Amino acid sequence: MKTGSRRMVKGVALIAIICLAAFGMFGCGQGEEKVVEKEVIKEVVKEVPRALEPLKLAVAGAHTGDLASYGIPSVRAAEILVEHVNATQGGVGGRKVILVTEDDACKPEMATNAATKLVGEDVDLVVGHICSGATKAALGIYKDSGIIAISPSATNPDLTQSGDYPNFFRTIASDDAQARLEVDFALDTLGLTKIAVLHDKGDYGKGLAEFAKKFLEESGKAEVVLYEGITPGGMDYSAVVQKINRSGAQAVIFGGYHPEASKIVMQMRKKDMDTIFISDDGVKDDTFIKVAGDYAEGVYATGPKDTSKNPLAIEADKLHKEKYGEDYGAFYLNAYSAVLALFNAVDKSGSTDYEAVSNALRNEYVATPLGIIKFDDRGDAIGVGFSVYQVQNGKYVELEG
Amino acid sequence: MDWGYFKELLMGGVVKGSIYALIALGYTMVYGIIELINFAHGEIYMIGAFTALIAAGVLTVAGFPAWSILILASAAAVVWSASYGYTVEKIAYRPLRGAPRLSPLISALGMSIFLQNYVLLAQTSNFMPFKNLFPEEGFLENISEVLSATEVIIIFTSAVVMILLSLFIKYSTTGKAMRATAQDRNMAMLVGVNVDKVISATFIIGSSLAAVGAVLIASNMGQINFFIGFIVGLKAFTAAVLGGIGSIPGAMLGGLVLGCTESFGTGYVSSDYEDVFAFTLLVLILIFRPAGLLGKSDIQKV
Repeated sequence: MKTGSRRMVKGVALIAIICLAAFGMFGCGQGEEKVVEKEVIKEVVKEVPRALEPLKLAVAGAHTGDLASYGIPSVRAAEILVEHVNATQGGVGGRKVILVTEDDACKPEMATNAATKLVGEDVDLVVGHICSGATKAALGIYKDSGIIAISPSATNPDLTQSGDYPNFFRTIASDDAQARLEVDFALDTLGLTKIAVLHDKGDYGKGLAEFAKKFLEESGKAEVVLYEGITPGGMDYSAVVQKINRSGAQAVIFGGYHPEASKIVMQMRKKDMDTIFISDDGVKDDTFIKVAGDYAEGVYATGPKDTSKNPLAIEADKLHKEKYGEDYGAFYLNAYSAVLALFNAVDKSGSTDYEAVSNALRNEYVATPLGIIKFDDRGDAIGVGFSVYQVQNGKYVELEG
Repeated sequence: MDWGYFKELLMGGVVKGSIYALIALGYTMVYGIIELINFAHGEIYMIGAFTALIAAGVLTVAGFPAWSILILASAAAVVWSASYGYTVEKIAYRPLRGAPRLSPLISALGMSIFLQNYVLLAQTSNFMPFKNLFPEEGFLENISEVLSATEVIIIFTSAVVMILLSLFIKYSTTGKAMRATAQDRNMAMLVGVNVDKVISATFIIGSSLAAVGAVLIASNMGQINFFIGFIVGLKAFTAAVLGGIGSIPGAMLGGLVLGCTESFGTGYVSSDYEDVFAFTLLVLILIFRPAGLLGKSDIQKV
C-alpha cells in the first residue's frame, strides 16, 4: 500500500515535471518578440505619362484591425507630404497628386483584392503594403501591371532577395540585415577568422544566428568554430563558456536578448576570456549595461540607426504634430521616406513610367528622415537600417561607418 | 582526452550541482515529512535573492564594510525566506493537512504563482544587477582559470551546510523528531512529538537553505528577477526526484549528478539539448530505480 502510493506520487511528479518543463520552454520567452510588422505603401507608376492628369498615389496596408497602428502612420505620412507638395510645388513633375487608400488588414487575401482594385483605379505608384505576407500576395498583381510598390515595413528577406519582384522596394532593412552587418563588421572591420555563433533558440535569436552562420560560411573568410543554442533563463552558462574558450573563437556572435547575453559576457570575463562579443538590438538595451556593469565594456551590438538628429526627421515630427496633434507611430519615418523617394524619382525621371521610375529609385540619392538613401538592385534601401554600437564608459556609442 | 577541459566541465557541473542540491534539500525534506511537493520553494529562493539585494543595497549606502554586508545580507535573506516558508506552510498547507493529497499540491502551485506575481508587483519586472558579495581574493589566482573565488565559496559553503544539516538531523532532538515524524506521523504524535512544530521547523530549515543558495548563485550570476525561482526550482525538484525524494543524501547526490550531466552534455555534445540530457537521465533512472538513486523505501526518510 505504502509502496504503491509512493509509486503513484512519483508518476504524478514525473508528469508534473514534464508539463512544467514544457511550460518553461514555451512559456517564458522574452516579452520583446520582434514583431515584424510590415507596412506597404503602394505607388502605381503608369506607363503612359499623362502630363495633365493628376498623379495617383496609393497607400495600402492595415488601416483597420489589430495591426492598424502599423498602417495608419503610413497614411498620415502620405497625407502630410501630398498636401505639402501640392501646396508648395503644385504637385510632382507638374502634376497634382491625389491620394488613394486601400485597406488590407494585413491579410493576404484582402491584399490581393486591394491590389486588384488599385490597378483598376489606374493608380501610378503604391506605398505599401505593411505586413510581409500581405505584401507578397499583392506584389504579383502590381508586377503584372507594371506598378512600383515601396513598403515602409515589410521585412521578410525573400521579398527582395528572391528576385521575383523587380517592382518592389522598401525603406526598412530586411530581417537578415542585422546578421549581415554583424558579419561584415566582424570580418572587415575587426578582421576575425574564428567565430562562435550562439543563439537563445527563440524565433528572433535563432533566425538571426542562422543568417549569421550562413553569411560567415559564404564569405569563406572566417570559420564558424561553434554553433549552439543555449537554454534561455538558465542559471549558469559556464559549460557553454568553457566550450567557447576551447573552440578558440576570437568572437561570439549572439542572437537573442540581454538577460542571456549579460550572463554569458559576465561568465566569460570572470574566466579571464577577452573574447569579443557581438550581438543584436535585443541586447542593445540599457538594461544590459546596467546588469553587466563593467563587464559590458567593449561589447558590440547592432541597433537601428539613430535618426533623432536628422533635420528631416525633426521636420517630419513637427508636421505630424501640427496636423494630428500627437506623436507619430510605428514606421512613420519609413513611410515618409518612401513617399519622398517616390516623388524624387518621378521628379528626376520626369515620368511615371515603370522603367524610368525604378531606374531613378536605384540611381538617384534622396534626402529622407532616415538619411540620404537610394536603392540597390534588389530593392533594399542603401543607407537605411542598422549601425554598430559599442559599450564605451557605460553607454552605447554609435560607431562611424 | 583533454583533461583540462574535462576538469573545467566537472568543476562547472559541481558548482551548478551544489546549488541544485541546496535547493533540492528543501523539496526533499518537506516531501519526506508531509509527502507534499512544495512548488512554492523556488519562489522562496527568489525572495531570498531579493532580500539579499535590498539589504546589501541599504548596507552599502550606510557605509558598512564588505564582509559585514555579506554576513548581514545573507542573514537577512535567511531570516526573511525562513519566515516566508513558515508562513506559507501555515496559510497554504496546514489547513489542508487532512485533505486528499492533490489539494495541497494545487495550493502549492497557487502559492508559487502568488509569490511570483507579488514580487513582480511589489518590486519590479526588470532584471536587477546583483553585486557580488564575495571578495575575489588573490589567494585563488592560480586556479582562476578553472574556478573563480565565488565558485570555490559556493562549493565550500554547500558542503559545510550539508554536513551541518546531516549532523543536525542525526543528533539533535528536533532532528530526531523530524525523522520520527517522517517514519510514522501518528506514532510520533503518540509518543509526544509536536508534529506541527516539527513541520514548521522543516519548512524553516528548507527555506533557509534556499536563501543561502540564492545568495550564492545571485552573487555568481550577477542578476536576478522575479522569475528566477521557477527554473531553478524545477531543476532542484528534478534533482530531488533523481536522488530519491525524501532522502537527504539523495538530494545532494541528485543535485551533483544533474549538474554534471548538464555540464558534460553541453560540453561534449551540444547545449541545444541541455534539458534533454537532464530529463532523459531522470526518465532512465526512474525506469530502473523508480524510487530514485537513494530512495529505497526502507531507507531513512527525512
